[in-house]
Amino acid sequence: MSKYKEHALVCSQEQIGTDIWSLWLQTGNIAREAGAGQFLSVYTNDGTKLLPRPISICEIDREWNRVRLVYRVTGPGTGTEQFARLEPGDIVEVLGPLGNGFPVDLKGTVFLVGGGIGIPPMLELAREITGDKKIIVGYRDEQYLTEELKNYGEVYTATEDGSEGTKGTVLDAIREHGLRADVICACGPTPMLRAIKEYAAEENIPCYLSLEERMACGIGACLGCVCQSTEVDSHSHVRNKRVCKDGPVFLATEVELS
Amino acid sequence: MNTRVKIAGVELKNPVMTASGTFGSGEEYSEFADLNKLGAIVTKGVANVPWEGNKPPRIAETSSGMLNAIGLQNPGVEVFCKRDLPFLRKYDTKIIVNVCGHTPEEYLKVVERLSDESIDLMEINISCPNVNEGFLAFGQDAGHVERLTAQIKKVAAHPVIMKLTPNVTDITEIAKAAEAGGADAVSLINTLTGMKIDVRRRTFALANRTGGLSGPAIKPVAVRMVYQTAHAVKIPVIGMGGIASAEDALEFILAGATAVAVGTANFRNPSAAEEIADDLKAYMEQFKVDDIQELIGGVRE
Repeated sequence: MSKYKEHALVCSQEQIGTDIWSLWLQTGNIAREAGAGQFLSVYTNDGTKLLPRPISICEIDREWNRVRLVYRVTGPGTGTEQFARLEPGDIVEVLGPLGNGFPVDLKGTVFLVGGGIGIPPMLELAREITGDKKIIVGYRDEQYLTEELKNYGEVYTATEDGSEGTKGTVLDAIREHGLRADVICACGPTPMLRAIKEYAAEENIPCYLSLEERMACGIGACLGCVCQSTEVDSHSHVRNKRVCKDGPVFLATEVELS
Repeated sequence: MNTRVKIAGVELKNPVMTASGTFGSGEEYSEFADLNKLGAIVTKGVANVPWEGNKPPRIAETSSGMLNAIGLQNPGVEVFCKRDLPFLRKYDTKIIVNVCGHTPEEYLKVVERLSDESIDLMEINISCPNVNEGFLAFGQDAGHVERLTAQIKKVAAHPVIMKLTPNVTDITEIAKAAEAGGADAVSLINTLTGMKIDVRRRTFALANRTGGLSGPAIKPVAVRMVYQTAHAVKIPVIGMGGIASAEDALEFILAGATAVAVGTANFRNPSAAEEIADDLKAYMEQFKVDDIQELIGGVRE
């Protein structure tokens, strides 16, 4: 699988939540090679911000060679705030597709679990998994992408403040609706992933988790973004897998979430 | 036009190398850069046994720079020799192996193991700020540096570069100690020790609390130290610290560096080192410089 450093063309930019933005990019080769759960390194035009921002792929249009990134602006003066100012016709440097992505040839009923800014990769995954699936999404309060996800399967919502769906976590929603799965795919904050990992172990079902960590190179060379693994890793022969290259998607049994 | 430079009798096709720790052993970057175009590849530090490094987060961005506290995670010299060296040998570039250790004995084990291997140079890391056990102290004390250099030179089958820390009062004293110990060259600067605090969470940005600052933010400090060191020792100086363009590389060369290393810039542009090598040639053509030797230490007083 090849990776490309490209000057992507901004096709559209839309604010879809208080801090959530949706960006469609025209790429050279990236979209054709990309899969659900992979990410792009996105570079700012600001020379004082050296490192690329790793952003997961939300949707892939292979026919027109476009990718969609849905991202959160993390604050004033940040790289993501600069991305939010991009307009159609602007050029943005990207590197990708990076990481391994989710498997899509899954058998039986699949849980697609997304929490917070971990929800976007679930959209492409929902599009690519053709079998039975239940989409469970958790928000603090404000929802986004929910309507789009409904095009690809049943959606169950949990909100921390109870403003929509189940009050509580994604696991509370799973229990409230008595949902059962044969395999789980999840992306979201570490406490959510930890709870899902525990649930999958109790239910004895395979579970894929997409992790996040601060990155520098994004391609597996600098060893900046490791996570603790249960087995000895292939690169350094310790117990540190690289989130950017060996992941970001891991079997739950592969990693320790401390 | 001559772009070749010599370090301890080893001829590099051009003065551009990669900085240790930013380029792995080249494999990941070979998708983006033609490694044959580089003067040398400096590997990530290798120890006698695998090191697991520090806990994450290991990376924090700062203005025009970044902090890292990887803690020298590496697979150990055996895996390195079996897996990484055969990969590097496929390319027409020089191989410089960066060596790390906690104690003189650990360094010596790696150096001895490498004696059987076909490599070009060794760079001894006595300057990583992210490893405890008094490791950095090796590089901050002139007496230690001279003794360790002499011990390494006794068993080394290849020329030895000592990589120096900028976290000292006077880097020329350390450089002179390395020279007195028999070093064939010195490289500088390693990262400057720094700290970043997340004011929302009121926590350190790095799990290790402190990390090494690199990137364009440190370049003027590095150029100054290379200039001072080039005037203090007779052995070649390899310059690094924030190089992101051929102009940056030229500053170091004019200050007295025989070769230069590109580090953090690889994270922003995976083909940065190759592009800098190409752009150096373009500069020489534009300014009608026939031999790069004319530029080394060529800053006008």
